[in-house]
Amino acid sequence: MKLVVLLKQTFDTEAKIVLKEGKIDDSGVTLIINPYDEFAVEEALRIKEKLGQGEVVVVSAGSDRAQEALRQALAMGADRAVLVKTDGLTLDESVTAQVLAKALEQMEYDLILTGWRAIDDSSAQVGVRVAELLGLPQINLVTKLEVEAGKITGYREIEGGTEVVEVPLPALITAQRGLNEPRYPSMKGIMQAKKKELKVLNAAELGATVEPKVEIKETFLPAGKQAGKIFEGEPAEVVAKLVKALREEAKVI
Amino acid sequence: MGKVWVVAEQRDGNLKKVTFEMVTLARQIGGEVEGVVIGKDVKGLAQALGEYGVGKVFVADHPDLEQYTTAKYTRVLADLINKEKPEAVLIANSAQGRDFAPRAAQRVGAGQISDITGYENGLFIRPIYAGKAYTKVGAKSYPLIVTVRPNVFPAAEKVGGQAVVEEVAVSFSPEDLKAIVKEVIRQVSGRPELTEADIIVSGGRGMKGPENFKLLEDLADVLGAAVGASRAAVDSGWREHRYQVGQTGKTVSPSLYIAVGISGAIQHLAGMGSSKVIVAINKDPEANIFKVADYGIVGDLFEIVPLLTEEFKKLLKS
Repeated sequence: MKLVVLLKQTFDTEAKIVLKEGKIDDSGVTLIINPYDEFAVEEALRIKEKLGQGEVVVVSAGSDRAQEALRQALAMGADRAVLVKTDGLTLDESVTAQVLAKALEQMEYDLILTGWRAIDDSSAQVGVRVAELLGLPQINLVTKLEVEAGKITGYREIEGGTEVVEVPLPALITAQRGLNEPRYPSMKGIMQAKKKELKVLNAAELGATVEPKVEIKETFLPAGKQAGKIFEGEPAEVVAKLVKALREEAKVI
Repeated sequence: MGKVWVVAEQRDGNLKKVTFEMVTLARQIGGEVEGVVIGKDVKGLAQALGEYGVGKVFVADHPDLEQYTTAKYTRVLADLINKEKPEAVLIANSAQGRDFAPRAAQRVGAGQISDITGYENGLFIRPIYAGKAYTKVGAKSYPLIVTVRPNVFPAAEKVGGQAVVEEVAVSFSPEDLKAIVKEVIRQVSGRPELTEADIIVSGGRGMKGPENFKLLEDLADVLGAAVGASRAAVDSGWREHRYQVGQTGKTVSPSLYIAVGISGAIQHLAGMGSSKVIVAINKDPEANIFKVADYGIVGDLFEIVPLLTEEFKKLLKS
């Protein structure tokens, strides 16, 4: 089975966001595989291990620095990696999706896996757009996946429950937290990763032609909050004060 | 601005509150506000929208639309957009909306601005890094798809009125019917969904074990609230993943967020920082959570929470 995982390199979840000249400053920030994409990598590896055959290819669109994230996925056990460099392109979700779809058109796949969103811009669009561009059925927000001959069944998180959806292969799924616990790369894995293939392509050469359809006009940090009110004293007393404040001052009860 | 569409979010034949919140936003954007209702036996919902001042409602009513699937909803909405050419299409940022909106956007060649929490001078405001920063985003082309976070915009008021209903012809290709929903498993907590709840009570490491979440459930049930959890509590296996609030969980914006025994790791604060009022209960006065809390109690949660439940019970009964 040919498994392809789309991954994005993102800031670590503990990273503080700092603006420099109106843009997010990434200097000194630890970069990781987007955690939702990491679930996708892990799931692909587990499918391959379970079937006892197949190939896991990890693909990312980004700058040279994203090679680190791809190497990390190779160290986890992916077989090879493809970086599509997007330097010089003005990206929005539709452009990124087209770049990835162009790269995927040159590859073989039965199942494409990715995170349902990236923890940075959290647009939750690229995976779904890729599915549409390639004409694949999708199962979004998957917390459990079963692979059978020619089809998959995904347990998909919805409000107040779970939808169990079956689609034929080839297909695309997006991973939600709960799908699995990603492994840490072993020392052996890290050594092997250095020798694995990491192909670098250029988005421009793939013929990605779409123009961005939306544009970020401004980035800003939320206004700092004023210090709140701390109630001190006997438990019964502070609880009464809190409830009073919530009703009369904050008016939320 | 031309036509601004509100795609109704309905479940089991009832319009969700976010639908009326989107009507408010549509009015702010300006232009002609029109509605879209998709489902089976949903014609009545068109009139309900009319009562909130929506002048025209497109209704796609078809037996095959009883059960949501990505492909079916995408077919209906994308065809309708191509035919009617609205300028902006508002869709709830719900499990459904976030599933089919980008797909419809891609099919009609539209940009999408996701999970917006504000609108100002033609630009949409949305959190990035789960609320550690925000962007203002504008369209470079139309149509534009916008997914709207529930619980942020005030719901439109009933103004009375009648919608002109236009029935939409629905037909599916075999491709559209390939996905099969085999089962829908309902969670029966009786509590509201985290992302839709007006009040959330969340517990963290300070809860000390899964059994103690009963305290929070009791408090939540008095308030009609949802129960959330921090990553620490979820990673400890005390609560299911679906209840996690934070950068790698749910991002929530309730009117009231009560954080109990939660220290306030940056990734948690990112997920709930946009709550209107935050209450923190923690025994550590230095806990980070107090920096974002509007009200705080430094103390033993096992003592405070039951008292709080009782106090609310008294208040809400009177």
